[in-house]
Amino acid sequence: MSKPIKQIHLAAHFPGVNNTTVWSDPAAGSHIEFASFAHFARTAERAKFDFVFLAEGLRLREQGGQIYDLDVVGRPDTFTVLAALAAVTERIGLTGTINSTFNEPYEVARQFASLDHLSDGRAAWNVVTSWDAFTGENFRRGGYLAEQDRYDRAKTFLRTAWELFDSWDGYRIPADKESGVFLSDPKAGAFEHRDRHFDIAGRFNVPTSPQERPVIFQAGDSDAGREFAASSADAIFGRHSTLGPGQEFYADVKGRLESYGRTGEDLLILPAATFVLGDTDAEAAELAVEVRRAQVSGQTAIKFLEQLWNRDLSGYDPDGPLPEVDPDVSGDSISKGRAADRMYRDRIAVAREYREEAAAKRLSIRELMIEKTSRQSFIGSAETVATQIDDLVQADAADGYILVPHITPGGLDVFADTVVPILQERGRFRADYEGTTLREHLGLGTPRKAAGTQTGAGAGTSAEAASEATAVPVGAL
Amino acid sequence: MSPDPLLHLAVALDGAGWHPAAWREPDARPEELFRGRYWADLVAEAEDGLLDFVTIEDSFGVQSTDFNEVDDRVDQVRGRLDAVLTAARAAPATTHVGIVPTVVASHTEPFHLSKAIATLDYAAAGRAGLRVQISAKPYEYALIGRRTTEPVRLADINTAEVQARIADHFSEAADYVEVVRRLWDSWEDDAEIRDAATGRFIDREKLHHIDFEGDWFDVRGPSITPRPPQGQPVVTALGHSSIPYQLIARAADVGFVTPHDRAGAAAIVAEIRREQEFAGRASDTVHVFGDLVVFLDESTQAAQERRARLDEAAGEPYTSDAYIFAGTPSELADLLADWRHAGLTGYRLRPAALPHDLTRITRALVPELQARGLFRTEYQASTLRGHLGLPRPANRYAAVAPAAAPAAV
Repeated sequence: MSKPIKQIHLAAHFPGVNNTTVWSDPAAGSHIEFASFAHFARTAERAKFDFVFLAEGLRLREQGGQIYDLDVVGRPDTFTVLAALAAVTERIGLTGTINSTFNEPYEVARQFASLDHLSDGRAAWNVVTSWDAFTGENFRRGGYLAEQDRYDRAKTFLRTAWELFDSWDGYRIPADKESGVFLSDPKAGAFEHRDRHFDIAGRFNVPTSPQERPVIFQAGDSDAGREFAASSADAIFGRHSTLGPGQEFYADVKGRLESYGRTGEDLLILPAATFVLGDTDAEAAELAVEVRRAQVSGQTAIKFLEQLWNRDLSGYDPDGPLPEVDPDVSGDSISKGRAADRMYRDRIAVAREYREEAAAKRLSIRELMIEKTSRQSFIGSAETVATQIDDLVQADAADGYILVPHITPGGLDVFADTVVPILQERGRFRADYEGTTLREHLGLGTPRKAAGTQTGAGAGTSAEAASEATAVPVGAL
Repeated sequence: MSPDPLLHLAVALDGAGWHPAAWREPDARPEELFRGRYWADLVAEAEDGLLDFVTIEDSFGVQSTDFNEVDDRVDQVRGRLDAVLTAARAAPATTHVGIVPTVVASHTEPFHLSKAIATLDYAAAGRAGLRVQISAKPYEYALIGRRTTEPVRLADINTAEVQARIADHFSEAADYVEVVRRLWDSWEDDAEIRDAATGRFIDREKLHHIDFEGDWFDVRGPSITPRPPQGQPVVTALGHSSIPYQLIARAADVGFVTPHDRAGAAAIVAEIRREQEFAGRASDTVHVFGDLVVFLDESTQAAQERRARLDEAAGEPYTSDAYIFAGTPSELADLLADWRHAGLTGYRLRPAALPHDLTRITRALVPELQARGLFRTEYQASTLRGHLGLPRPANRYAAVAPAAAPAAV
């Protein structure tokens, strides 16, 4: 049985505020100036990518009670950058992570509907939530949310936003100068949503946008998160960029679609992936090692280890052996504003494994952390990387990848210039845009056709995917 | 404040223009009110006229002629896009004109808005501001559901109870501006050091918690976004009475006021200057702009006829909080030149219809003012603060070297 050849989807993630981004490289530019974002988005658009992706930050990270200063720190406002990018690009999708906890549905729906209008149908929302009091200190509502309410509120948030997006019911404003009827339906935008999380009603004041609803991304990996994605998301910002785990995740999530009346094409699986390109595979491999060493300096290795040990290890030599002392499991996490500590369910056991592995392989702290934190997803010549990506997509490990360069803003250029033409040559990636909206790039239908199955469906949410969940040392980025 | 020989000029953009029937004019583009291109074109036109800045109106609720309820009218523009995002969409297409979106303090997070305006300032390379607005409408409160408010009847506006509520709204707005401003300063300008030798990207001693505690919100900080290019983007507010005048005097760089004659303008300016002194800001530049709705045509008669035609289309005479001017650009220039003697430093003109009255401002009024030596003939600065003669302010959190203090103003 011959399987149809899949077209690859490609997207680009603006380098984040974690150690994946190598700011010390002489080629590294600003993470704040708009010119960096414009360069990045234009490069992605030149390469006919589906979309660019921006993460969000709502509180600067701290470790040991101090602002973490070894990685890139600071970033602009997600919505505002995306709207400005709409002015300097024409086709590329504009995807932003926006937290549901420290916002109200009416405002977020208004912002996404506005962005979709201003970009002529290119908006997408990666829905995340968090509940830490640390981040809540910057907001009116504070951070407290009872545990049983966390997922429920986020899920309800999205459902409420959908009700707002749908409140104009696809209605197009006639604006008939002759008859003087601007709006023939005086109730357009009427909505009412009353539950224990949101008690709101009135008129949504943004008419139906070109995509009707922004494309919805989900980034969680838990069972509840997968179920939510299967019921409600258009795409998953995934974390499994290798063959085995990728296929497993892909089959699992796509297998859940049928019970929601959806097919495999209704939900795209797009893992984040890093890359190192060279003229030859050997050169790329060598460069990849250099990049890893730049990403995990001695200081960074100690900081990573502190996140696991949950204690001050500043006295340890990164080029020496691992600490004999056990992790501190008694107190609060010393690391604030990242999802890392939630990953360590049993610090003592993980520390034991680390010590054993370091001893067996004779690794220093830094060498071990270079091993334990993720290596790059794709390493090789352009030809090799193109083949790796194509093979993975055809093997149903993914529908495409969200590429995360390690240099801002030019790190994507080499991929655009060398890998993309090969994939286009092979007929695996579009030579030009065929549609104008992001839904069209992604091959997604009109959302409201599926409204019956989407609104109100689903269990769980992308709750564990905090805006910086990807920044954990054992994570994908 | 030393008198500036030149007037400052801004335009207030709202939908198809300020007259409710403006969308029916032959050159109106009502089908494009929700397109990015429409707004980018209007802002570019303002830049062609060398204007100081544009403001972009906003509200959480749908437009309504009734203060307390949605009116269900079908003959006027209803619906609008988020003003901050509209501003961001217009920013990269222009290079000089300031861009000042409205932000609704009553329903939004100062933390989000501070970084949004800082980001707009980066996208516009130093041309961002904000116009802070309160929302007291019950139907807007119901969109958020966080709290409720009672309807206000115009007849009760001067009762102690309503005045107390208004004072609360503006007190919240004042706190909001304070938080937004502190967050802009929460990174010192040279906080990003990229010091390869020590491995540190920032000098964390130059990042500051703002630790704001107030009646409506507490905000810890620092901002997620570094200090914007202007240091402090320009803060503006519209006021019609003493309570908002206090906000203007205490917290704003530009106040918009609505006098209906020269004497009225003088009284308002005097009140704001007094409040400014009480607030200890006597030496700060606080611009007071007169707001005017304008119908501009080649002849006085043509302007008045157009106004009458629009009123007829609307089915009622247009009224406004601001003085309504209908006449020639030359007559308007006379008025602007006259009222400035009351102490107004500039004007925010509300075009009755777009694009007509905007292009009459940029292509006829501006040359008229230039010919009289009252308006710039080219941009002298590239930032909004620069256009307004506002120096880039020192950071409130930066350690001042003893020798350098007190800072020159």
